[in-house]
Amino acid sequence: MDHPGTYLHWGVIQISVANLIVIGLMLLVFVLALVLPFPRGRQRP
Amino acid sequence: MSTTDDRMWTARLRNRATRALPPEQLMPDRQPAYVASWIYVFGVATLAALLIVLVSGAALALEGPQWYHGSPEGRFVNSLHLWSVELFFFTMVIHLWGKFFMAAWRGRRAMTWVTGAVAFLGSIGTAFTGYLVQSNFDSQWIAGQAKDGLNSVGLGAWFNVLNYGQMLLYHVVLFPLVLGFLVIWHVLLVRRRGVVPPFEDAPATAAEPAPAPEEVAS
Repeated sequence: MDHPGTYLHWGVIQISVANLIVIGLMLLVFVLALVLPFPRGRQRP
Repeated sequence: MSTTDDRMWTARLRNRATRALPPEQLMPDRQPAYVASWIYVFGVATLAALLIVLVSGAALALEGPQWYHGSPEGRFVNSLHLWSVELFFFTMVIHLWGKFFMAAWRGRRAMTWVTGAVAFLGSIGTAFTGYLVQSNFDSQWIAGQAKDGLNSVGLGAWFNVLNYGQMLLYHVVLFPLVLGFLVIWHVLLVRRRGVVPPFEDAPATAAEPAPAPEEVAS
């Protein structure tokens, strides 16, 4: 870990691979939260 | 006719607080059925991560830098503080995305949205000052870069990121107090106004109460 991170360059945009992975994971979890079924709790009698 | 109680500020404050947030609304045991979705989990996940941030931060403050840089237990708690902050931002951003696409400011919830947005910005400031008080070479380098950035936009005369004592107090006292106040206000507003309903369940106008949906135990 004791070395500079790897960066991607795309015009004026510059982002580290680590940050890009985190953003990708957030998008993945967001989509999963929308589509995965939620376990049903007990219903009100 | 006013009673003695009505003239006392404690009684007036108590009555006002009870009217604004009745106990059953403050600590509900039922939630609308639409809350049974994973997208509603990320707000409370953010709060859980914040709790770990505060507890691990308190341990770091108690023991000091020699402990959290020089002992295995200290380094563990130091890492716990970092990774709970990572988790805090991870879940908070998903919470923000979810609420943005729900237009969660509907139904007189504008202040709930605003307090959440300001808490998000305050969290960024708190995290940045955290980078400055690691008491290592990394924090020195970050402070140097931050100083140049802040001076370039004219904020350098207001506070000094190279002033370790000032940044430490910002990080462990000032920002946590402000952030804690905003988070408590945000959660109380969520309790008062309720969780925003899906578009199809929302009333036609903001003045109308939301229809009572099927409820599930929370």
